[in-house]
Amino acid sequence: MLEIIVQLAASFIASAGFGVLFNAPKKSLIPCGLVGMTGWIFFYTLTNHQVDIVAATAFAAILVSILSQVCSRILKRPIIIFTVSGIIPLVPGGVAYNAMRNFVENDYNTAIQLSAQVMLLAGGIAIGLMFSQVINQIMTKLQKAKQ
Amino acid sequence: MSKPSVTVEKICLLAGKIMLASGAETYRVEDTMDRIAQCYGVENPQSYATLTGLHFSLDYTSSSYFLRITKRATDLHKIDEVNQLSREIVANKMPLSTAYDKLKALEKNVPAFSLSFQVLAAALVSGCFSLMFGGIWPDFLPACLAGGIGYLTMILFDKMIEIRFLAEFFGASFVGLIALSCFSLGFGGSLEMIIIGAVMPLVPGLPITNAIRDLMAGHLVSGVSKGIESLLTAVAIGAGIAIVYGFFPV
Repeated sequence: MLEIIVQLAASFIASAGFGVLFNAPKKSLIPCGLVGMTGWIFFYTLTNHQVDIVAATAFAAILVSILSQVCSRILKRPIIIFTVSGIIPLVPGGVAYNAMRNFVENDYNTAIQLSAQVMLLAGGIAIGLMFSQVINQIMTKLQKAKQ
Repeated sequence: MSKPSVTVEKICLLAGKIMLASGAETYRVEDTMDRIAQCYGVENPQSYATLTGLHFSLDYTSSSYFLRITKRATDLHKIDEVNQLSREIVANKMPLSTAYDKLKALEKNVPAFSLSFQVLAAALVSGCFSLMFGGIWPDFLPACLAGGIGYLTMILFDKMIEIRFLAEFFGASFVGLIALSCFSLGFGGSLEMIIIGAVMPLVPGLPITNAIRDLMAGHLVSGVSKGIESLLTAVAIGAGIAIVYGFFPV
């Protein structure tokens, strides 16, 4: 339980902090942190329940992009502000680092395996981001159809 | 039109330039330019934006205007403000000269956060990421230190040297050096967790997201070039860490 609280706090600070690094508007920092926190906790719980890391990344990215869509509609700000800070915790930094380190240590077999995993994880993020675009377009078409 | 010098195309190009130079998605830039032009009664505005340049013409056959983008940074605040301003322009039919003055003022805007605050944020981000990626509490402070100094190094080198990707390279090698010296002095539980956390502020998050969004919107040229940009940045970060490992094998 304590671990979950630490993860919640850490991911909130990390996502809001990234908002500061990218000069996000001051009022959007807390939503940025919340989006990042929800996405990360979802990812964390999924991986703890033995879901494959690529699938977990894709699902978390879908959640992040839906939340960003909601935030951008409510606060009337460009969606990119929220997606960037929300997606950052899902970027496979650790795997990419390990791949690079294995390249340096001349262990090419492991390095190439890890690089392939990085590619798949990046693909998972892309699928997640695409999903929100799909929902957004369906929503706008439905709204237009109603009018 | 109060001032004859301010024209629709000038406003559109200025708005597009500010957005592109702050790191907006290409399709958002084109969309904003078209909307502003349409609100001033232009029927067929033609805009084409890439990472390094902007084209705009008022009609299919009228002469085309070009603007070069040399320096790009990440500034979500400016993207947001231009977006807000373009909504105002469209809603109120603002006079051309007022819109131009507002955009000019926006362009000179200073960043919302001071450098020291950004470095502090980078330090906190690094510490938190090392906890999130499986580090333990003793890793927190070394990661903060390495991440903060690494980010500061990157910003300083970016201002001094005009070669791209070199700033990230030096930032990452400072991260590696500091993490390694902290670790060999006995601080921190695992060197990997410290470095992974501390490298995160250097990760090109905005170009990666933008590349995906641009590719999905059908802007293949910008999407691919942004993808390459973020790939090269990632390689520069990796090389910066690798060189430290090369000199001081663990």
